[in-house]
Amino acid sequence: MNTETIQSGEKYALELKNITKAFGTKVVANKNVSLDVKFGEVLAILGENGSGKTTLVNMISGIYRPDSGEIFVNGEKANINSPKDAFSYRIGMVHQHFKLVDIFTATENIVLGIDDGSRFNIKKSAAKVAEISERYGFDLDPNKKIYNMSVSEKQTVEIVKVLYRGADILILDEPTAVLTPQETEKLFAVIRRMRNDGKSIIIITHKLHEVLSISDRVAVLRRGEHIATVNTSETDEIKLTEMMVGKRVSLNIGRSEPENPRDRLVVSHIDLYSADGVQRLHDVSFSARSGEILGIAGVAGSGQRELLEAIAGLQNNVYGEITYFDPSNDAMIDLRTKTPMQIRDLGVRLSFVPEDRLGMGLVGNMNIIDNMMLRSYRGGKPVFLDRQPPKALAERIIESLQVVTPSAQTPVRRLSGGNVQKVLVGREIASAPSVLMAAYPVRGLDINSSYMIYNLLNAQKENGVAVIYVGEDLDVLLELCDRIMVLCAGRITGILDGRTAKKEEIGLLMTKAKEVQRDND
Amino acid sequence: MTDNVKTAVPKEAHAGKTPWVTITKRDGVGLKRRILIRVAAIFAALVLGSIITPLVTGDNPLSIYGTMVKGAFSEYRIWGTAQSFVMLLGISLAVTPAFKMKFWNIGAEGQVLAGALATAAVMVGLGGKVPDWTVTLVMIAAGIGAGTLWGVIPAVFKAFWKTNETLFTLMLNYVAIQLVEYFLKIADKSGSNTVGPSLLTHGRLPVLFGQQYMLNIIIVTLLTAFIYVYMYYSKHGYEIAVVGESENTARYVGINVKKVIIRTMALSGAICGLMGLLLVGATSYSIDANLAGGNGFTAIMVSWLAKFNPLLMILTAALIVFMSRGAEEVSTKFGLNSSYSDILTGIILFFIIGCEFFINYEVHFNRRRGAKKEEAE
Repeated sequence: MNTETIQSGEKYALELKNITKAFGTKVVANKNVSLDVKFGEVLAILGENGSGKTTLVNMISGIYRPDSGEIFVNGEKANINSPKDAFSYRIGMVHQHFKLVDIFTATENIVLGIDDGSRFNIKKSAAKVAEISERYGFDLDPNKKIYNMSVSEKQTVEIVKVLYRGADILILDEPTAVLTPQETEKLFAVIRRMRNDGKSIIIITHKLHEVLSISDRVAVLRRGEHIATVNTSETDEIKLTEMMVGKRVSLNIGRSEPENPRDRLVVSHIDLYSADGVQRLHDVSFSARSGEILGIAGVAGSGQRELLEAIAGLQNNVYGEITYFDPSNDAMIDLRTKTPMQIRDLGVRLSFVPEDRLGMGLVGNMNIIDNMMLRSYRGGKPVFLDRQPPKALAERIIESLQVVTPSAQTPVRRLSGGNVQKVLVGREIASAPSVLMAAYPVRGLDINSSYMIYNLLNAQKENGVAVIYVGEDLDVLLELCDRIMVLCAGRITGILDGRTAKKEEIGLLMTKAKEVQRDND
Repeated sequence: MTDNVKTAVPKEAHAGKTPWVTITKRDGVGLKRRILIRVAAIFAALVLGSIITPLVTGDNPLSIYGTMVKGAFSEYRIWGTAQSFVMLLGISLAVTPAFKMKFWNIGAEGQVLAGALATAAVMVGLGGKVPDWTVTLVMIAAGIGAGTLWGVIPAVFKAFWKTNETLFTLMLNYVAIQLVEYFLKIADKSGSNTVGPSLLTHGRLPVLFGQQYMLNIIIVTLLTAFIYVYMYYSKHGYEIAVVGESENTARYVGINVKKVIIRTMALSGAICGLMGLLLVGATSYSIDANLAGGNGFTAIMVSWLAKFNPLLMILTAALIVFMSRGAEEVSTKFGLNSSYSDILTGIILFFIIGCEFFINYEVHFNRRRGAKKEEAE
């Protein structure tokens, strides 16, 4: 190991000095950032969305070039112009979105693009992959095809890929975003083993408890600037949040007792098939009650999207019953066979904040006013649009939800993620719903915006709205929801009381697909 | 860890390769700057044209440009220019709603021909058998109806079976051409490849103010205003924009996507049919397979260059008509091969389209750091 000699000279594995990167003239993604990573340590880079974490590591891994500043690897100045250059400095990055060829095996993906001059020998490569897996405790079959793999297995392939290329500095961009609590623990065990092997690991995240459990030191970024690097052992969630946000925030979500809950939406025995005939939901039954937040937990892609779309009238092949109870007279209305238009015409007050905000909930190229109009443009005068009411609504939402935008005429794609979401949620709440469905409403949002959304959902609940909340952060689900329904591979594996449920319990239910019992009523 | 040693940082492999140019995306460019960049592009195109002209033709570039202006605007040619302009503008307006919906209709040529063919067929078939005003009414309905039909067919297939509208509309062009050829065969037994004014005498649309092209000019002017209002201030226009931006969003808010696709293409086709009607019934009183003259394709460019804004299309259509009329005159007057005018037009379009890059991106030139590095060592 050549690291020892370098270590004695108090050198760092990686040093960044005064790195600045701007996009266009307005957006400064990183401003004078100086960081260092020691040999054999886990450095967490913590920051809210848009604080410049990903940009920073993209410069280390050669995807972007810094406008100014210097990068040192092993104490020597490095000039990194491409991911290939980064690899020659033994830097490897695992991206948030995997870059794998589906029809290739793990090994084939791992060796893809390697040009070391020697002859290609897949057996030898597979043996090396197996050896790396064993050394660090990965659970990986070198000959398994990617399309047969779960998300966590794909991530394993990505990590082994960079290790195979001899990376000593590993960068992991939000690696836990797609994992269950159990898978996260497994990943952390691997990371610890790599660290003990002398590797330096940079992990990007915005989940505080993960930072505290895995890292040795934490570097906090805020609006592109490096606020501080602290030893993990000397800090806590509150201090870190304060550094991230720049001011003290309370991390409590209120949860009031549901008042007079009544069934508002009853889903019974729903089977759902996708356009290509794959069954996405199996015998799903539950009810959403007024004055209550029903949480839906599950690994991404377990049928959450399909379920909400089925209720909203956006799915075609749905079997079973979806019944809405009108709050004014408790009349039963069948929603299953209705289109979104018919649902609206029946006076069903159903609001839906979809997962894909700019691809479904809003039109990115249209301004805020025109986006407000999406729900209401049919009303008013015949033939011509009336932009006055949506304009008033847009201004009201900008004001009350503190949307940061140059004006109501700004295309929503120019807004930051949090502001886009405020526009969408604001519009959906404005129609005074009796059922409000929200899919991942805080994904990509900063802490302040997230808490604002939680408060909005709570306010709706207190107004007697039946709220359905699909979330990924189990801690939030446990704090916010009155009941938590767990989906796994399109089946309900449990409906728990939000006040008494344990995180581990939910985690187990999230992966319980195989041995699921059919009748969970 | 034996593999550690093998790849110990090879310094020379990536020494000092600072790229000499970097490109960054601009975030919103002011109107002034945009106009400036476009004007600069046209100017640069003219400069390049004046360098190439003497090289390939030996003629003075300035006199060639002068001839272009005369070719478009001289008293003798101005009405012809106006006619070409309104026809191109009209067809561009026709394709615009569909394009805004991201329905790539490249079948305007065929839709115009379908309208023209129906018009001519009514003029020949009914002419003399019923009063002329009846012929006129029937040919208006037939012309617009045929264009509509030609637009709706691919839309229905797209809406219900997701066929590719680009191929579909393209192929319908050829169907329309063949139908026109067939019509020429049966309408004019002499075997000529046009059916001319001598056969198309009944039911002609009125000539206004003693000016042959006035009717077309008035109709297209009204049409421009109509499409502008339709696109920006009507509920239909709003639905078109939503469907074009995101079909998922459209479905999410309950827009009937199929209906919007078919309705919009009906409008597109109807306007093309109207242009065909005007070409035969008010302009040339003749029909041949080349009647639309490629305007159905040029209109695509006009519409795109104007970013689908009907008012800007007045400018882009005028520019393209000016260039083609001017270039025509240049080739006759200087006795040049017609490809020369194509070269000039090509240069100008290349610069106009190319300048979009400079509107969207900023280019920085970096100083050569490699040189500095050598000094340091």
